[in-house]
Amino acid sequence: MDLGVKPMSYTSSNVSLKSGDGVSDMFPAGLRVLVVDDDPTCLRILEKMLKNCLYEVTTCNRAELALKFLRDNRNGYDVVISDVHMPDMDGFKLLEHIGLEMDLPVIMMSADDSKSVVMKGVTHGACDYLIKPVRMEALKNIWQHVVRKKKYEFKDKDYEQSGSVDELDRQQKPNNNEDLDYSSSANEGNWKNSKRRKEEEDEGDERDDSSTLKKPRVVWSVELHQQFVTAVNHLGIDKAVPKKILELMNVPGLTRENVASHLQKYRLYLRRLSGVQHQNGLTNSFMGPSDMPFGQMSSLNGVDFQALAASGQLPPQSLATIQAAALGRGPTKSSIPLPLVDQRNIFSFENPKARFVESQSQSQTQQHIKQVNLLHGIPTNMDSKQLASLHQSAQSFNNMNMHNHVMQMSGQGQGQPQSRSQILNEINVSDLPSSSSSSVISQPVLSQANIPTSFLGRNGIIASLPQPSTVVDFSSQTTDFAGSNNNINNNNNNNNSFSSKGSGEFVPSYDVFNDLYQNNRPQDWRVQNVQGGLDVSPSVLVQQRFTTSNQKSVGQNRGLSVINNNINKTAYSEIGQQINSSLSDNQLRIKAERLPDMGFQNGIFPHEQHFGQEDLMSAFLKQQQEGVGSVENEFGFDGYHLDNLPV
Amino acid sequence: MHSHILLSLSIHIAAYKISLLISFSLRSLTIINCVLRYYFRGRTNSNMQRQLATMKQSLFDQGYLDEQFVQLEELQDEVNPNFVEEVVTLYYRDSVRLVQNLEQALEKNPLDFSKLDSYMHQFKGSSSSIGAKKVKIECTQFREYCRTGNGEGCKRTFQQLKKEYATLKKKLEVYFQFARQVGPVEKARRPK
Repeated sequence: MDLGVKPMSYTSSNVSLKSGDGVSDMFPAGLRVLVVDDDPTCLRILEKMLKNCLYEVTTCNRAELALKFLRDNRNGYDVVISDVHMPDMDGFKLLEHIGLEMDLPVIMMSADDSKSVVMKGVTHGACDYLIKPVRMEALKNIWQHVVRKKKYEFKDKDYEQSGSVDELDRQQKPNNNEDLDYSSSANEGNWKNSKRRKEEEDEGDERDDSSTLKKPRVVWSVELHQQFVTAVNHLGIDKAVPKKILELMNVPGLTRENVASHLQKYRLYLRRLSGVQHQNGLTNSFMGPSDMPFGQMSSLNGVDFQALAASGQLPPQSLATIQAAALGRGPTKSSIPLPLVDQRNIFSFENPKARFVESQSQSQTQQHIKQVNLLHGIPTNMDSKQLASLHQSAQSFNNMNMHNHVMQMSGQGQGQPQSRSQILNEINVSDLPSSSSSSVISQPVLSQANIPTSFLGRNGIIASLPQPSTVVDFSSQTTDFAGSNNNINNNNNNNNSFSSKGSGEFVPSYDVFNDLYQNNRPQDWRVQNVQGGLDVSPSVLVQQRFTTSNQKSVGQNRGLSVINNNINKTAYSEIGQQINSSLSDNQLRIKAERLPDMGFQNGIFPHEQHFGQEDLMSAFLKQQQEGVGSVENEFGFDGYHLDNLPV
Repeated sequence: MHSHILLSLSIHIAAYKISLLISFSLRSLTIINCVLRYYFRGRTNSNMQRQLATMKQSLFDQGYLDEQFVQLEELQDEVNPNFVEEVVTLYYRDSVRLVQNLEQALEKNPLDFSKLDSYMHQFKGSSSSIGAKKVKIECTQFREYCRTGNGEGCKRTFQQLKKEYATLKKKLEVYFQFARQVGPVEKARRPK
């Protein structure tokens, strides 16, 4: 048995993998595989098979031992193959640990080929699932998982667009530190997707080696994690804020950002445990990686979120969903439904509810980042369809706190819109309490590239995301914002754990708004801005940022500036009307009033309370007039460049 | 007089001839013997090989082994010339432990089906890895009884399983013994 002795040649092959397409003349020979299985027969057979494939094999028959090998030699393995049923630790648990600590591709295997177990593998993030008895042919191709993972890391770097898929991939990288950075940058309103990407890239790099701008990676050892869990339990999963956790843990050298990102992941993990079933079977991996980014965002958002939550504006869930939605990255622990890229995922997210709570904080931070992506060129044109959907979703979201800012500020671009709407829907899931929190920006219908439709979060921010198809979602945002994802997400919405605190369904994208609110920054959510920099990915948009924004301010009107000028006036008017009408909440009204203050350009208001679609529309309209200057700041979108968003 | 001399001469000559003949025969016989021996040795080996192949085929035909066993054989090479036997030995050792666990668990009252199922799952996994087809079938049947909570069915199947396991073990032992005899010769004569 090789015990991790890696000849230089392997290193070089690994390096080449990293640098390019990973094609060294040796590759895939020399691939370093760690096999974990308690059955000695199988272990021997696998070892021989892998050796015949010219891979470098390390075997162990206990999961704890495997973790030790992995921790001792962080970059010493390329792929892990693990059995599902093991006496000392469940294979899925090992999978989680590996995902949390050292993002390696993990292949599960078992004699059990029942659908439920395979599904479990998928949701926990396994790259592949092999049925025993394992054949040589199956093992010959495992190198594809390594290349795929690395490829996406690279791709992220180069990818300038807000392709949600990419974002998602990027998010897969477990970069705690980076996420944190992101969130901070997000808060600053750095909307540029590319920038975000770069950061993500850096994160990815960091993973493999040290990046200049990243802090040293924190290794979450078992003890540390235990302390973390104790602290979280002590605080209560809903109230667990990175700052407090950090204090409780009292570990020198640990930063709040580290805790925040880890919290995100942890939340995602818990959500998974609770059996959240995504409709589309979101995989953990999907979620997982994205968790990272969320986590970071959450750190920042967390604070805001808390505030928001406190004010009841942002339903945790909504935030989560929004985050998820908004963040192209993918839901991090915060259980934000992965917004992006996979619209389906969003739907499937059952619940961001649980996550939301956790993710609230996270989502906030995340939102900004991702959301930006969502809003590519935020076109503010909202199709009537979108509006309609918005309406629908809005209703559902009514309670969504702005958390869900689904920001999807449609600005982004088309690609996102779909996802956005979904996200929105998800977010909308009524879970979001219509907390007064910042407008949850419903994700908008971003479908259309242009519409940055701000999601109106409860605050009445209506993200008029022009989503070609899903735009409709936005309409639902009007009130609760829950999720502009309109109908699509309706189902999801219901499922969404967003159970926004009060705001009702909140489109995840609303988080963005919430953030905005919380921060009271005059962020200009203008969709337009978003356009520029926003990569409107439904998920991203909203959530994070908004949730954090102060609720009060958010309510005010954050006016989702997100809404692009392009947003159809009609849309806005509709929203406005809706908002007005459905806006039973004071907040909404307040928002409306405040709108002028907000100076939203696009009229996306972050409504604290859930706004009905109509409300959202009206809010939007208002915002449009007012311009959402402060939105940006409040939302803390990193990537969004809203016109008036204060940086 | 002359006749005497002639007679003795002829006798000598005859004797000489006879001895020549005999020696010649002997020599040729020796040669023939060698040739024949060589010839027969070859035939014996290939006979054995043929026998081995027939044995293996029957194991497959009778359902004792399946495709996975072929995979194992393909892994065997110069580096690990007895790989298959090595793996099967590992399997025996592990199965003893599993069978023991199962027996103990089956004696409990009431039966803990989930535990039984878990043990059997492990046993099924190993058995399928070496290609023990009939054993695997019994494992599946056992698990089905566990699922439905049929204690009697479990016990019955377990007995059946042990029988299949014993049969396979015996057959494989013969097979490996034979293979060991044939193997090296074969390898020696096989052109590199």
